[in-house]
Amino acid sequence: MIARIALAALALALAGPALAQEVAVINGKVVIGDGSPPIDNATVLVRGGKVVAAGKGIAVPPGVKTIDAAGKWVTPGLVLAVTDLGLVDVGAVDESNDSGAEKAPFSAALDISAAINPAAQPIAISRHAGVTRAAVAPLGTNAIFEGQGAVIDLGVDSRPVTVPRAFQYVELGEDGARLAGGSRVAAYAVLRNALAEAREIAAAPAGSRRTDVLLTRGDAAALVPVVTGRQPLYVHVERAADIRMALSLKSDFPLLRLVIVGASEGWLVAADLAAAGVPVLATPLNDLPARFEQLGATQSNVGRMAAAGVKVALGAYGGMSPAITQYAGNLVGLTRIPRATGLTWDKAFAAISSGPAEAMGMGERFGSLRPGRAGDVVIWDGDPLEAQSGVVAVYIDGVEQPLGNHQSRLKERYATPGEGSLPKAYDW
Amino acid sequence: MAPRTILAASAAFALAFAGTGGATAKDKKKDESAAVKAARDFDKNPFPSTYRPYPSHPTLITGATLFDGKGGRIDNASILLRDGKVAAVGGALADMAVPADAVQIDGTGKFVTPGIIDVHSHLGVYPSPAVEAHSDGNEMTSPTTAQVWAEHSVWPQDPGFSRALANGGITSLEILPGSGNLIGGRSVVLKNVYSRTVQGMKFPGAPYSLKMACGENPKRVYGERKQMPSTRMGNFAVDRATWIKAKEYRAKREAGKLEERDLAMETLAGVLDGEIKVQNHCYRADEMAQVLDMAKEAGYKVSAFHHAVESYKIGDLLKANDVCSAVWADWWGFKMEAYDAVPENAGLLYKAGACVIIHSDDENGIQRLNQEAAKAQGAARRAGIAIPDEEVVRWITLNAAKAIGVDAQTGSLETGKMGDVVLWNGNPLSTYSRPEKVWIDGALLFDAADPKRRPVSDFELGQPGEGDVK
Repeated sequence: MIARIALAALALALAGPALAQEVAVINGKVVIGDGSPPIDNATVLVRGGKVVAAGKGIAVPPGVKTIDAAGKWVTPGLVLAVTDLGLVDVGAVDESNDSGAEKAPFSAALDISAAINPAAQPIAISRHAGVTRAAVAPLGTNAIFEGQGAVIDLGVDSRPVTVPRAFQYVELGEDGARLAGGSRVAAYAVLRNALAEAREIAAAPAGSRRTDVLLTRGDAAALVPVVTGRQPLYVHVERAADIRMALSLKSDFPLLRLVIVGASEGWLVAADLAAAGVPVLATPLNDLPARFEQLGATQSNVGRMAAAGVKVALGAYGGMSPAITQYAGNLVGLTRIPRATGLTWDKAFAAISSGPAEAMGMGERFGSLRPGRAGDVVIWDGDPLEAQSGVVAVYIDGVEQPLGNHQSRLKERYATPGEGSLPKAYDW
Repeated sequence: MAPRTILAASAAFALAFAGTGGATAKDKKKDESAAVKAARDFDKNPFPSTYRPYPSHPTLITGATLFDGKGGRIDNASILLRDGKVAAVGGALADMAVPADAVQIDGTGKFVTPGIIDVHSHLGVYPSPAVEAHSDGNEMTSPTTAQVWAEHSVWPQDPGFSRALANGGITSLEILPGSGNLIGGRSVVLKNVYSRTVQGMKFPGAPYSLKMACGENPKRVYGERKQMPSTRMGNFAVDRATWIKAKEYRAKREAGKLEERDLAMETLAGVLDGEIKVQNHCYRADEMAQVLDMAKEAGYKVSAFHHAVESYKIGDLLKANDVCSAVWADWWGFKMEAYDAVPENAGLLYKAGACVIIHSDDENGIQRLNQEAAKAQGAARRAGIAIPDEEVVRWITLNAAKAIGVDAQTGSLETGKMGDVVLWNGNPLSTYSRPEKVWIDGALLFDAADPKRRPVSDFELGQPGEGDVK
């Protein structure tokens, strides 16, 4: 029965534009998501699809739909930075997977916003895990530039892309070396050449190019916003030395807006990162020397960077589980381990909400429940960073989202084992 | 099966491995050739465990909440470790003969569980760093390679063992060959104690298991080479043909007509003899059901289906066949055969009365099996299936031990069992909890408060982060 209603809601939501964008969630334990502590018995008021106010003593205007969240936690939607959400149905089913384009004639010019599928199950399943926004990155061309990523929302509607061409993505560690022809030396040569070619186009957009260029015009033109500082450049590096090299690019290309992705050895260069003011989207909990470029990996990486003043948030998770809250929870757990460095609960939650939003340059748009941010609200049945907790309701831009998906339908069908008077296939 | 029966069966395994040869004296003919003797009376344990428990002090933990691994919970519990064993467990300290020199630990506000056991790990065979030179987990040169033994690929210096100990409280683990082949080879069960040699890590008396795989992986690996199997029906055909050969081999051996040893057939015959368990990588419910029939046809038993993301569809069948499902909490959708995975898998299996194990198959996941179990518990609760913490802890302790045949020695906190114990700084089913101390056979091998009481593998010496908290 519940499932039928969810399906009906799904059909309705897919059919037309967003419905009510007003809601007041009352009596919940409210997490603003900006690093401040949770507020008991508080209210979140969303109107016109945006947060109007969150906290105590907020009057709910008459006529606004009220949700009682007593005993529950209320947070901003989670922000998943650097993911393939929306590009993939099943990772290992190639034809359903648009995250890579190894045989494409273009690299930097690739614009993944064209491929985002809001109906893909991974989006539905991440939404059910409390994720409402994501920075979708292309990962896997035959060049160090992977192309232009997009910022999306996970709402059930036909407009998933919040910001197309939100960033360019480049590989500069072991992966970059391989893609550039076999070494980091080659990767830096390719990178510097590419940015130089982009500069030439920026200087004379309609002019003819030199005859010995390496990049197609499309790829070079796509790097113009990067070299002129209009589009952030996400740089995937893990090794301390690689992070230092990436930061040094600013001396030759001062307008670059770098965001460091991965950064397993970030703690070893935390002072440099902090001084540069460059945001870091760190893969959390890496603690193995999985590659030579991350020999110094430790779960304390994020905590140590944060303590050193680095603008660090969590991202680039990889893995098979949608539970990014578990990563943040583990960083809280580290605060109780002698010699380890973690994050307070408040900072840990910010590291999966406002933190990644700010790293993406979207902190004014979403990622917290501060006034004016998108009405992305999640209600949880317990502490969201606890492994046992789950999502009760999700709002995106103030619109309640259906939480049914392939998994929930299977769970309902197989709640009781064995066939009934008809095969299971008739139970839907 | 009653616990006593399991104990007896496990003891039989241990005995079988201690001796040499399966044939009894009355089968032997006086005039048989040396070749026949060699083929029948071979050494079944040519790489014997040299593991010895490290020195331990009698240790008493008091005032903790204790999950015993077999579904019990004791509040304000006391547990005494002595001579490497669990000497006493209970609520009343008065009943215990505590040695005067025992190390006493106040466990107030803390939790005690058996050492955590992962039945599905590739530590050592796919170690860190994950460079090509270390890729030793899949002998993908033939779809059946029953002749290979995982222990010959294990690199005992894999830094992953230390992370599993310190962050996950892992005290025993089964290392499996990968799933590229239908029959991947023998597993090895290890104590999570660094050693210069693999033999020095081997769990004394643990039976071997055979790794099998159904589904996408084998048919993809060999299908891409235009070789059999390239389909699921090819998978079964190759498996069945292999079991038929194994039966013939065994019959010939028993008849005293075998004149040549065959390492692959020795392993398969060991399965048919009931001495070697079967750990079967399998995702889909329909395939698991067919594997169960194949096992009946060939005459062996599947101990556990691994990954088993669709087990929830056939919980009744798995219960009836007494087969465990070793599952992830919430891995989903990364390949076609994982598309029907649900986070309620463990909970629905539990509700059906089937055996549940949470496994990792991952060098990171093995550091958080307790949290994975907690996620599955939470998903079950939201589906209306309430499972007490002490039952959930069984999924990563005694059930795991049972599936790999070491439940008589470890996996629960009972008098006389190995002193494999984790003291957690909070409820192990919380994201915020970590091991504070870990004992293996009574020896303190991890102590969060002591920087030196944490292993650092050879690989990490002199490199960035040596001895760091990790």
